[in-house]
Amino acid sequence: MIQIDCPFCGRRDEVEFSYRGDAGVKRPAGQEGQDAFYDYVYKRANPRGWHLEWWHHSGGCRQFLKVVRHTMTHEVRAVGYATDDIKVPAE
Amino acid sequence: MTQRFRTQAGGIVDRSRPLNFQFDGKRYQGYAGDTLASALLANGVRLVGRSFKLHRPRGIFAAGTEEPNALAEMRLGARREPNTRMTMQELYDGLEAASQNRWPSLKWDLLSLNGLISPALSAGFYYKTFMWPASFWEKVYEPLIRRAAGLGRASGVPDPDVYEAAHRHCDVLVVGSGAAGLAAARAAAAGGARVMLCEQDFALGGGLLAEPQQAAWLAESVKALEGMANVTLMPRTTVFGYYDHNVVGAIERVADHFPVPPPHTPRHRYWTIRAKTIVLATGAFERFIAFPDNDRPGVMLAGAAQTYVNRYGVKPGERALLFANHDAAYPSLFALQDAGLGIAGVVDPRADSAMMTEAAARGIQVYAESEVVGTVGGNEVRGAGIRRIGGAGTETVAAADLVCVSGGVNPAVHLASHSQTKLAWNDKLATFVPGAAVMRQHSVGSANGVVGIQEAAAEGAHAGAAIAGKVADFDLPKAVAPDPTVWPLWEVRARGKAFVDIQDDVTADDIRLAHREGFKHIEHAKRYTTHAMGTDQGKSGGIVGAAVLAKARGQRVEEIGLPAFRPFTTPVSWGAIAGPHTGKHFMPTRKTALHAWHVAHDAVFMEAGQWLRPAYYPRKEDADAWASVLREARAARKQVAICDVSTLGKIDVQGADAAKFLDLLYSNTFSTLKIGRARYGLMLREDGLVFDDGTTTRLADDHFFMTTTTANAGPVMAHMEFHLQTCWPDFDVQIASVTDQWAAMSVAGPRARDTLLPIVTGLDLSNEAFPFMGVADAQIEGCPVRVFRISFSGELAYEVATPAGYADRVWRAIMTAGEKHGITPYGVEALNLLRIEKGHVTAAELNGTTTAADVGLGRMFKKQGDFIGRSLVQRNGIADASRPRLVGVRSIKRDQKLKAGAHLTEAGSDLSLGWITSVTLAVELEGWIGLALLQDGESRIGTRMEARYPLADETVPVEIVSPHFVDAANERVHA
Repeated sequence: MIQIDCPFCGRRDEVEFSYRGDAGVKRPAGQEGQDAFYDYVYKRANPRGWHLEWWHHSGGCRQFLKVVRHTMTHEVRAVGYATDDIKVPAE
Repeated sequence: MTQRFRTQAGGIVDRSRPLNFQFDGKRYQGYAGDTLASALLANGVRLVGRSFKLHRPRGIFAAGTEEPNALAEMRLGARREPNTRMTMQELYDGLEAASQNRWPSLKWDLLSLNGLISPALSAGFYYKTFMWPASFWEKVYEPLIRRAAGLGRASGVPDPDVYEAAHRHCDVLVVGSGAAGLAAARAAAAGGARVMLCEQDFALGGGLLAEPQQAAWLAESVKALEGMANVTLMPRTTVFGYYDHNVVGAIERVADHFPVPPPHTPRHRYWTIRAKTIVLATGAFERFIAFPDNDRPGVMLAGAAQTYVNRYGVKPGERALLFANHDAAYPSLFALQDAGLGIAGVVDPRADSAMMTEAAARGIQVYAESEVVGTVGGNEVRGAGIRRIGGAGTETVAAADLVCVSGGVNPAVHLASHSQTKLAWNDKLATFVPGAAVMRQHSVGSANGVVGIQEAAAEGAHAGAAIAGKVADFDLPKAVAPDPTVWPLWEVRARGKAFVDIQDDVTADDIRLAHREGFKHIEHAKRYTTHAMGTDQGKSGGIVGAAVLAKARGQRVEEIGLPAFRPFTTPVSWGAIAGPHTGKHFMPTRKTALHAWHVAHDAVFMEAGQWLRPAYYPRKEDADAWASVLREARAARKQVAICDVSTLGKIDVQGADAAKFLDLLYSNTFSTLKIGRARYGLMLREDGLVFDDGTTTRLADDHFFMTTTTANAGPVMAHMEFHLQTCWPDFDVQIASVTDQWAAMSVAGPRARDTLLPIVTGLDLSNEAFPFMGVADAQIEGCPVRVFRISFSGELAYEVATPAGYADRVWRAIMTAGEKHGITPYGVEALNLLRIEKGHVTAAELNGTTTAADVGLGRMFKKQGDFIGRSLVQRNGIADASRPRLVGVRSIKRDQKLKAGAHLTEAGSDLSLGWITSVTLAVELEGWIGLALLQDGESRIGTRMEARYPLADETVPVEIVSPHFVDAANERVHA
C-alpha cells in the first residue's frame, strides 16, 4: 500500500492513483522513425531496484507525477512534477 | 447429564451464566466464556466432523486457530456460514451449529467407505484415477467427488448482514496479547506512543489464559492498558496479512458472538491499519508427531488439553496419555493430573530428562525411549499402542481416551514471513524462527522462538521500550521455563495411516509418493498432495510434512524449508472483503438529465458502464422487445425519432495550441476545420491500433468541443492529459471534461427539420444556411441550445445539446413539436440497428485489435506530419492488406438469425476466414444483417459463405455485401 506525496495535493494513498509505467522513455519526434517508436512503446528495462515511473493522480488533481519507486520494496524515494528531471538512484 | 466433563471449579468461564446451544439439532448447555469447542467437550461430544476426503471420524484437535478438524456450519438459512472453527467460535445463547461433510449422519457416514477404497484416493488421485474415459469426468466423476469430498456448504442465498471497511494509523501495532504482546504494548504506550493491540480471541491474554498462576499479572496488565488514553484494545480482531510499508489487514468480528447482529452493527469490520512499527507477538503453534491413526477423536495437542482444563474448566477426557519429545509439553499433562484426570502415562523417545523424572515422582508411568505406534478405538480413542524406539509392532497398549501429543512448538511466523522476513533454523527447538526483520517490525516472545512466560514478557517490554525510546517501569510475570530442547521426532513409521495434514487427509505415505513421482520440491509436493492447503494452512502439521519429505530426499528439514506463507493467515469471509460494496453500492449509477422522462415513459434500461441508458420504450401493442426496437428504428427511417445521447464523453479544449494538439491527437486534421463546423475524428493508440472516434467541433480559433464514445470518455481524457503534461508540456492547451454539464439529444429522420423548424430560434435551419456538419448556437423556448448537424443513423439528423438543467424542457419542446410528424423516442437498441444498417463501427468493431484500414477508415489519415500512432501503424503486420476487413453480411434465408461471434467459412470448410461482429434485424431491408471482419473482405463482396457457430452447432448461409446497407451514396444526411 504505497503512499505518494503529491506535490499538488499532499500525501495520498495509492488508491487515488493510476499507474502509467516507465517515465524514463520519451516520445520520439515524428520523423525519428519506426524503430524509435517501437522502442518507445515496447522496450522496457524492468529493473529489480529503483524505477522512474508515471503515476496519474486520477482520483485527485489529474496530474501525472514522476515517482521513483523500488520495485522490490515499493519504497517511494522521490515524487516530482512531470517536467522535473529526476535521477534514478543506482542502489 | 449436562456438562459431565466440566471440572468442579477453575477456569475463567462464568458458571453463573449458562448458555443454551444446539449442535446437529441436539440441545446442550455451556457457559459464558466458552468456545463452541469447549462447550461440546464439556458435554462429552468428541466426534464433531468427518474428514475431507476419506470421511474418517474427527474430533477437536486444538484449542485455537490451528484447528484442522472441528469445523462447523454456523447458523441457519441465509446466515449459514461453513468451515467455522469451533475452537474460535465464542459461545452465545441460542447458538446453532452443524457438523460438516457427513451423510446421512455424523455417526453413520456411508461415505466413510471412501476409507476402504483409500488406496485409490492417494495423492494425485484426481489426476490419475478419474481420467478415463474422458467423457466421464464432467458427468460422473466430478459430481461424485464434489459430493464426497469438501467441507461445509455455503448458504446459496444473499447474506443479510452488513460489513464495514475502516482505516487507522498508529505508532505501534501489537499483534497478540500474550505475555510478550501485553508487555510490549504497555512499554510502548508508557513512552507516549499511540498503540493498537489486536487480539483474535474474545479474551485478552493469549497463552496466559491457560496459566492460572498468571491471572493476577494478566488482570493488572489489561487494567493498566485500558486506563491509557493512547491505547486502543481490539479483541476479536485477527490480523490476517502483513503488506508493504507496514500496512496490515485485520478482521474485527464485531457481531459473530450474537445470533443476529444488533441493530446498526456490522457483522465484520475490515481494518486497514498503517503502523509506524509493528510488534508481532503472535505466539506459537504446537506441532504434532505423525503416527498411525493420529487423527482419531481423542487425539489432541497437549497445549490444547491444558487450555481446555485451565481456561475453560473442561476435561477433554477421563484418562490421558502424553506422547512428547521435549520437557515443555509436560506441564500440560501435570495440569490434567491436577484437574483430576486419570493419567495413563507419558511416552517419550528420550532416555531421561528433568520432566520425565518429575513425572515419575508424580506417580506417572514413564515409557522412556518409546513411541506411540497407533491408536485403538472406533469413533473415539480407547487406547494407544506403544513400543520401544526401534522395535516392531505393538509392545504395550495403554488404555486412554485422551492422547495428548506434542512434537515441539513452531513460532507463528506467518505475518513476519509476509513482511519478507527470512526464516532461520533453531536447532534447539527444531523449527524455524524469524530472521532479521526487513520492515520496521519486531517479533517477540514465543513468536520469536523465546520459551518461558517471563522471558517472553521481558522481550516484549524491551521491544516496546526501544520503540518508545524510554524504559517503562512495571512488573513482569514470574515463571520458571522448562528446558525447551526438542529431541526431533517427526513420524513414527508403523502400519496404518499417519497424517501430516489432518484436515486435507494427507498422510506421510502421500508425501513419499509425491517424492517418488518426482514432486520433490516442497512447493511441488505441497500442491500435488494438498499438504497444508486447508483452512488451517498447516499451522500444526506443515513442518511435519516437510520433515517427511526431507527424509525421503535424504536431507534435513532446514535444508528444504517450508512453503511460502501468504495472506490470509486464517480464513476471512467474502462478506468482509466485499465490505459495503455490494448490490447498488458496488459502483455508482450515472443517470442522464433526462432519466426521469425515460422512467415516466416506460423505458427498459440497460447498463453502459456506470450509465443507465434506455434500451427501448415498449408499448402495449408491441408483441416483444424486437417489435419495439423495429418500430423505433422505422420511425427514424420514415418519420422522425429522438434519442438521448447525453452519455457520450464531451471534452472542452481551449488554448492557442488547441488545433496543433488535436492534429497530433487524431489521425486526421483539425487545424483546417472552420469555425462552426464539425468533423469526424479517428484516434489511434501509439501502437497504431484504433483507440476511439467521435466528432469534434470548432467553436473559435482557440476553442474546440470534442466528443468521445461513452465507454472511452475517461480513458480518452487520461490519454489527452498524459500527452499534454508529459510529451508536449509547452503547449498552451487546457482541457476539461464537460460530459455531465451538457445533455444531448439526437433528432433523426426525414422529418427532423420539420420538427425543429418551428421551435428553434436564432438559427436558419435550411440546408443551404446550415448544411451537414454545421454547428451553431440557438434557442428552443428560450433555452440555450447548441445544434450540431451530425448523423449516426444515416438520416437527416440534428444533435441538440443544452446545459443539463434545461434538458427536460428542451426534450419536451421537441416531443411536442414532433407530435404531428410521428416523433418516437428510440433507445440504444434501435440506435445500434440504425448504425449497423449504415455501416458505422462501434466498440464491437473498434475492439482494440483493429486498425483504421480494417474498418474501412484508412484513407482518413492526414498525408503530412506526426500524430499518435502514425509511425507504428506502418508496421508490416499492421499494414498487411490481407488482414480481415469490414464487410456486411446478410442471411440468405432472410429470417434465419445471425449471431455475433459466428465464424465465416467457405461452404463445407472448417477454416475460419473471419467473424461476425454485430448483428441486427433490419428495417431498411428484410431480415437479419450484420457487420463482419473478413479476410480479403472487399474481394468477397457478392459471394456466399457460411456463418458457423459451433457452440450451438449452427450454420447459416450468408451473402457477403457492402457494410453500407443504407444510402451508400450518403445523400440523406445532406437532404
